[in-house]
Amino acid sequence: MAKIVGGICTSHIPAIGNAIAKEMFEDPYWKPFFDGYPPVRNWLDEVKPDVAVVVYNDHGLNFFLDKMPTFSIGAAPEYKNDDEGWGIPTIPPFPGDPKLSWHIINELVKDEFDICSCQEMLVDHGFTVPMSLLWPERGEDQIKTIPFCVNTVQHPIASPKRCLDIGKSLGKAIESYPEDLKVVILGTGGLSHQLDGERAGFINKEFDLECMEKIISDPYHYKDMSIHELVRLAGAQGAEFILWLIMRAAMGETVTKVHSNYHIPISNTGAGLLCIDNAA
Amino acid sequence: MTHTQEPIFGTTFFDGEMAMKGYGLNKMCYSFNKAENREAFLKDEEAYYEKYGLSEAQKEACRKRIALDLIAEGGNIYYLAKFTGILGLSVQDVGAQMTGKTVEEFKQMLLDAGK
Repeated sequence: MAKIVGGICTSHIPAIGNAIAKEMFEDPYWKPFFDGYPPVRNWLDEVKPDVAVVVYNDHGLNFFLDKMPTFSIGAAPEYKNDDEGWGIPTIPPFPGDPKLSWHIINELVKDEFDICSCQEMLVDHGFTVPMSLLWPERGEDQIKTIPFCVNTVQHPIASPKRCLDIGKSLGKAIESYPEDLKVVILGTGGLSHQLDGERAGFINKEFDLECMEKIISDPYHYKDMSIHELVRLAGAQGAEFILWLIMRAAMGETVTKVHSNYHIPISNTGAGLLCIDNAA
Repeated sequence: MTHTQEPIFGTTFFDGEMAMKGYGLNKMCYSFNKAENREAFLKDEEAYYEKYGLSEAQKEACRKRIALDLIAEGGNIYYLAKFTGILGLSVQDVGAQMTGKTVEEFKQMLLDAGK
């Protein structure tokens, strides 16, 4: 049977893509951020997951406002990256696992979540930046991926409760898959940031640090929070925290922290990294 | 339309109403994913605004590069970033403009948030 070995949350700020392309790992601005990743990569080297389910949001590469599904799941043999318009270099495609994708889609719909299935899906920085941070070198046997895209562009956005519920079903779906696969779940985006309006540049360190703690010990703390309240506390784009909730709800009740890092600022954002082991 | 709660300072909820208002503007910005469209825009901005059916207020906000006006006219920040990217502006440049700060002051504010 498939097993969820753990979960990783990481910010996915586009500027990181540029900094990786320019190899700014030792640059004083970037070093405190990049230094967070080797311990997580070491954990991945030990655990060697076969598939990564990447919970992320698209920022206008695959989806436009003509069609804006709340939850969409890739079911393709590979996922291409493409030009997003403002200059981060396009990177090679990521292999998929369409059989597992369809299993997840079937099980989620059976659980009454209405999913948009995608046999073609471009993946933007929300997906590629975390993949590049966690698997900087990709060879022939690179990890397979399943993009799990959540609308955070246009309100109404799915509530924290809805995200916890779908995350729980996602976990159940994966662990009912008959093949012996090790699956890691990525929750990308966040933490607090706001790009637009007179409140641009808003960062809430206190809220972020609490998220880093509660996501491990008490993710259901956020169950009754509205998106409005989340935007107030985390900034307009900080609502991406719902992606971390989906990741966490797919894990078991008790998890252990492997590593965490938090750094302000990367671009306009409080950048969080959290790696948790799901071994019961 | 979908949003009736207490307003949050300096924050526009991009809901159905804003998405309808800004559809053409955002569609124009979305087209900038392609290099040939970015070139076409730089060659003839006015023709490009016409092609996507921008309102006069949207055209004016684009011409003057005023981010707050673009948002008020229905622009969504993720699509607008593709427009400001053509102009060579970073999210800190745009943030500084919207908050009435210099870019240095805006960056300092971000650093201070970490203290």
